[in-house]
Amino acid sequence: MIDRIPIDAVGIQERVSRICTRSIKKESKLQALDLALRMIDLTTLEGSDSDGKVRQLCNKALRPYTKLPNIPSVAAVCVYPNRVALAKKILEDSSISVASVATAFPSGMSSLQIKLDDVHYAVSEGADEIDMVISRGAFLSGEYARVYDEIAHIKEACGSAHLKVILETGELGSLENIRMASDLAMKAGADFIKTSTGKISPAAIMPVVLVMLQAIRDNYNSTGVKVGMKPAGGIRSSKQAIQYLVMVKETLGIEWLHPSLFRFGASSLANDVLMQWVKEKTGRYQSLNYFSND
Amino acid sequence: MAEEQNKDLTSQSKSINSIPKTYKNYINGEFPRTESGRYYSVKAQSGKHIANLSLSTKKDIRNAVQAASKAHAFWANKTAYNRGQIIYRIAEILFGRREQFTNEMVLLGYSREAAEEEIHACIELIIYFAGWADKIGQVFGSVNPVASKHFNFSRQEPMGVVGIICPETPSLLGMLGLLMPNMVAGNSQVIVASKQYPLSACTFAEVLATSDVPAGIVNIITGSKSDLIPSISKHMDVNLLVGDTSLDTDFQFTCELESASNMKRVCYWESFISLDELNSRPDETIATCLDSLKDPYHILYVQEVKTTWHPVSE
Repeated sequence: MIDRIPIDAVGIQERVSRICTRSIKKESKLQALDLALRMIDLTTLEGSDSDGKVRQLCNKALRPYTKLPNIPSVAAVCVYPNRVALAKKILEDSSISVASVATAFPSGMSSLQIKLDDVHYAVSEGADEIDMVISRGAFLSGEYARVYDEIAHIKEACGSAHLKVILETGELGSLENIRMASDLAMKAGADFIKTSTGKISPAAIMPVVLVMLQAIRDNYNSTGVKVGMKPAGGIRSSKQAIQYLVMVKETLGIEWLHPSLFRFGASSLANDVLMQWVKEKTGRYQSLNYFSND
Repeated sequence: MAEEQNKDLTSQSKSINSIPKTYKNYINGEFPRTESGRYYSVKAQSGKHIANLSLSTKKDIRNAVQAASKAHAFWANKTAYNRGQIIYRIAEILFGRREQFTNEMVLLGYSREAAEEEIHACIELIIYFAGWADKIGQVFGSVNPVASKHFNFSRQEPMGVVGIICPETPSLLGMLGLLMPNMVAGNSQVIVASKQYPLSACTFAEVLATSDVPAGIVNIITGSKSDLIPSISKHMDVNLLVGDTSLDTDFQFTCELESASNMKRVCYWESFISLDELNSRPDETIATCLDSLKDPYHILYVQEVKTTWHPVSE
């Protein structure tokens, strides 16, 4: 059903190092920072999350930094299903989406019925986007059809909500597997493919994201469907974020440089982008002491 | 034939008395070159070129502040006693390498006597401050009488990242006079070294690197004051600036103006001695300088006081 496409790992690495040499400064850096901020899915996925934490995160999403004008809001907040209703309530009048992880996140170790219930619950609470995890165990044992069916069922359960499929690339072993999982997820109806849960190291790394972007490009060329990409976990600095933007532009073209097709799953990235932004505007290197944690 | 070659090599290696040394910045426990790729020539008094030193810029300051800020909690959370031990260790290593320091100073125009005098003063200063590490809290901390049922006490805490702007001379004592109170206080520092006499500062980095001082606690950068002072005073992650009273008034103005952005504390201590004075009256000038630098109030000045109100029943 899905072909196994060989990947030139050395070639990918070379391409990534080439991309990392692009120099983005001054005005173009400010534009890149603006774009990066608008692409962030501000995320909190801890067992210790409380209503207070989520409320604070939503307020940060709405107004990341109030001391300078024209600072945009982020794309979405990403929370656990039982925090969706609260986040939705706070963000109701804004353009910010509420994303929820579901399907027995982060391991995905449960029955299909429970995963579907999880999705139904999150959607009924008001989630605009669902971040599901694939069954890595099944994928690695070669049960591709099962993984495909699972994604397809969950896509159906999402209704009008967007579906992001987390491959958890840190557990897939090889770039070939990552490419195959990407193709499989897109065929099964994913609106976005996402690297990681953020619970496993390595999370998002550039070679992996490049392979996924190439999968998206090939899928677009053969079907005309634009699938989005979301690297998540491990992207902490503006410099990294800008390198990712360059990679997206040079692999998929300028159309993908939009929050509807590219997102960063991150929590600390937002503050670094803001710090760089303020530095570009004021000429002063900034300190985290003057930026809110959440 | 082979034997002859071997012989050549041996005789050659025996003839090496000195090799040119690359003096580099010291950031986060490593010796990187400046990000700017710019260098300036440091010359011996005879006018002979000695070495190219990094003409660092704001990016090097940024990297150093980042390292200092990251390392700060680790140093600040060590027990005062342990900080004292580590600082004493600096004196041990410096003592073992005093010949190298003397030679470098002489190269730059010190008389041998003045150089030796200065190194001894430096070792004495380090040991003096090492001793204060676990006593500063006992001497300056206090239990305060208050008109309510509270146990009220004050103690000193580190301020965070400090920018230190060294006087030109004395090239080592000047730097240590500003550095030691801050190390004892538990701060982490970014040092702008003397421009004309930077060799002692650069070699002192090698002493730090082998003295159990955690990486990032002391960072040393060489270059032009007009490049470095504005960016260090502007940096929002620097909490305090310490300079020398000999600092040019224009630079003092920049320090104070730019420090207003995050209300850095700015202070100047007296350690400057001109090279002429050092060479003509080494004993007297260095003894006076050492006296003014051996001041526990310098430690107090680079710390914050925290006062705690603890309710008591009876």
